Amino acid sequence: MKEIVVLSGKGGTGKTSITASLAVLAGSEAVVADCDVDAANMHLLMQPDFALSSEFYSGELAIIDQNACTQCGVCSEKCRFGAIPFINNIFIVNPLSCEGCGYCQKVCPTEAISMKSRKSGYVYISNTKVNSTMVHARLDIGAENSGKLVAKVKNEAKELAKQQNKSFVIVDGSPGIGCPVVSSLSGANYVVLVTEPTVSGLHDLERIYSVIKRFRINAGCIINKFDINPKKTDEIIEFLRKENITHLSNIPFDIRFTKAMTEAKTIVELETLPKYLIKDAWFKIKDELTNN
Amino acid sequence: MIKKGSLKIAIASGKGGTGKTLLSTNLTAFLSQNENTLLVDLDVEEPNDSLFINGNKVTEVEQFKMIPQWSESNCTLCGECTKNCKYHSIVQMGNFIAVFKELCHSCYACSELCPTGALPMQPHKMGDTVEYASNNLNFIESRLIVGEEQAVPLIHKTHKLVDEKFTNSKFQIFDCPPGTSCPVVAATENADFVILVTEPTPFGLHDLKLAVETMRKLEKRFGVVINRSGIGNNDVETYCQNEQIDIITKIPFNKEIAKHYSIGELVYDKVDSMKHSLNEIMDFLRNDVTSETL
Repeated sequence: MKEIVVLSGKGGTGKTSITASLAVLAGSEAVVADCDVDAANMHLLMQPDFALSSEFYSGELAIIDQNACTQCGVCSEKCRFGAIPFINNIFIVNPLSCEGCGYCQKVCPTEAISMKSRKSGYVYISNTKVNSTMVHARLDIGAENSGKLVAKVKNEAKELAKQQNKSFVIVDGSPGIGCPVVSSLSGANYVVLVTEPTVSGLHDLERIYSVIKRFRINAGCIINKFDINPKKTDEIIEFLRKENITHLSNIPFDIRFTKAMTEAKTIVELETLPKYLIKDAWFKIKDELTNN
Repeated sequence: MIKKGSLKIAIASGKGGTGKTLLSTNLTAFLSQNENTLLVDLDVEEPNDSLFINGNKVTEVEQFKMIPQWSESNCTLCGECTKNCKYHSIVQMGNFIAVFKELCHSCYACSELCPTGALPMQPHKMGDTVEYASNNLNFIESRLIVGEEQAVPLIHKTHKLVDEKFTNSKFQIFDCPPGTSCPVVAATENADFVILVTEPTPFGLHDLKLAVETMRKLEKRFGVVINRSGIGNNDVETYCQNEQIDIITKIPFNKEIAKHYSIGELVYDKVDSMKHSLNEIMDFLRNDVTSETL
């Protein structure tokens, strides 16, 4: 079983549209994991049935028992996150600021503070429209630790892929270079980078690739909307050559990506040029995985 | 509400790539034609505003977060620190205490609760903040070092710097990270008003709903800008009408804008439809936001 992670650094390059296209092409050969838990969108294209759902707990939250509190204020003083303000003559915990370190609980002289585990979202296991299994999640608003939720989604998907004897796990990663991205990279066999020929697309590609390098994972790159700026596309191709990243495909700007999306479809379900280009890229990815 | 002289406007969106950077940089340049304006790039994981804004570098400061450093000679290996750290960033390996600094939240519990003072807090570099200036426009960019995983401490540091140094700017524009989790909460927490940038597609709508939920939970005033208007469908507009959310302006989809953007050029003075939208935003800020906030 091989694990393929799709990343972009920059948002809006078409990462999710292309990941879902790969997932449709792979069909029941793959288990799909939507690890972009912060703004999960893949379900809009894969139409999962949300067959199983479970609550996800991560981290803790401080709770003050007002009956036991003597309002000494030590907790508020020690809290480095400014999460315990004094409002209307009581100390209260602001759940959006509390990072669950538990320092307040340790220093409270009257043991008025307890730590409770915190629900931070839901994890779903679904059947998709192409008869594959998909693991996805929804992070609660302002919740922390999306890195842990990413790890949970991915590990669940891997476990299911093993049980069902599937060839691939296809992972839609988060934008950025922070903790959710690092979490989605661990254990991956191949990274597909989706970029666009803009100054920010290239800048963010360079940053995300320096993270990927640390993991020593092979990577390939799809340049989406390549015709918006052919000169930038050349610069990206030059970067790929220098870094030994496989150039998987150039996909032209095509308004039908959006049209497909409004019909809850991926572009590979419509008769379009991108359909064939993405198909070709998928063969190349499979090739690279068997040759390594 | 009567308070300080700057109007703080956060530009956010649930979904990435909807045009936060496009709007932040062009709105800043547009407003700075008449008013002293500050742009702050808080998308510290992937900061892009500097690709569009030219100016002279004024200062560059290193940003640190505090992490514990094990002092072997003071340590009695009592194990308190490993128990007190909720983030598993302190691990005892035989006679050795290891600190995993990427996991540390700088809560100080291990350090201050250590009975022998064996974990003094030390600065650890997490990023840089660079300040640029040109005429009426000041620009601050914070950039997380590759390999650092936590954006929030750097965002907080940047807010602090802005409040200490830039009290004179009439407008402060904050380009926020995408999403709805902790970095976005940190980036928008000081804002007087939040502009949510979206696009009229199912992905755009889905993530807009999450962003709206976030802003309501944070009790922020907010309005919506629809970028690339004309692609996709009308569901975003219908949603905003049903929820009584102000649509501040619609920026029509235009390949010219995409071309200028791709080479790092601003369009506020080049593309008429963009000029029109920026005027609508400025009128909205002047009439609907400033009068109630300043």
